[in-house]
Amino acid sequence: METDWLWGLDGGGIIGAAGAVSLLGNGRIMGASGIVGGLVDGSARKTALERIVFLAGMVLLPLVLQYFSSAQVSTHMTGNSILIVTAGLLVGIGTRIANGCTSGHGVCGISRISMRGIVATVFYILAGGLTLAIFRHGLGLI
Amino acid sequence: MRLFLSFLAGGLFGTGLFLSGMTDTAKVQGWLDVFGDWDPTLAFVMGGAIIPMAIAWRLTEGRTPLTGGQFPPPSNPELDRRLIVGSSMFGVGWGLVGLCPGPVIASISYNGWGGVLFLVAMVAGMAAAPKFGIQLDRLATKA
Repeated sequence: METDWLWGLDGGGIIGAAGAVSLLGNGRIMGASGIVGGLVDGSARKTALERIVFLAGMVLLPLVLQYFSSAQVSTHMTGNSILIVTAGLLVGIGTRIANGCTSGHGVCGISRISMRGIVATVFYILAGGLTLAIFRHGLGLI
Repeated sequence: MRLFLSFLAGGLFGTGLFLSGMTDTAKVQGWLDVFGDWDPTLAFVMGGAIIPMAIAWRLTEGRTPLTGGQFPPPSNPELDRRLIVGSSMFGVGWGLVGLCPGPVIASISYNGWGGVLFLVAMVAGMAAAPKFGIQLDRLATKA
């Protein structure tokens, strides 16, 4: 749809504002994988409560928005559980090994011209693009 | 105050992911699919998010966070195997299903059992990651 890019830009701006609140307010880099990962491996006991509260906001607002949204929200989620588990494991291990994902390395890293953020983003986009090329166009699996 | 700001930031993050369409796996895969029906939306989301963030980084100069403490130290310029291997693994998983950590969480209430399964697998991967990292370092010293 022709308005998708506009929603993208607006939504992106709100994501950036969220990162700005985290940084200027609490002095934290807003990274989804780091916020969850720190809770999972127990490396962030001192900040556990604020992480949980952050995640609660992240779940609650879309829940409310989706409830009041006039259009049916579709996620086009695959029903292939082998694919889902494989991808979930790769995303979990990968983002923790690399210490960041699309929000931490992508949004927060690139905006401060961090070399690690830029290189990480280049690699995950290349890997993602190759995955689509191979698994969709080569093998026809996704 | 810290908790309120955490909730506010999380809420804004979820709102932005929802409105931008980034919880729709077809839009994410569409952006990665340069040989198919390419969807440019993700680039606009990234661009839209980076602009306010760049301003925020500027504002940190000579200041301290609102709730006290310190801002994060300057970014580490060093690139290592963990960054490259980890980001590549993440990219493959991202491409396979079209979900990254932020959207998985933001969409958990309306993404069905698939979203829940993905989150469980991702959390398991995160729990296993420290051990995996040690193995990766060991491999590096052997090579």
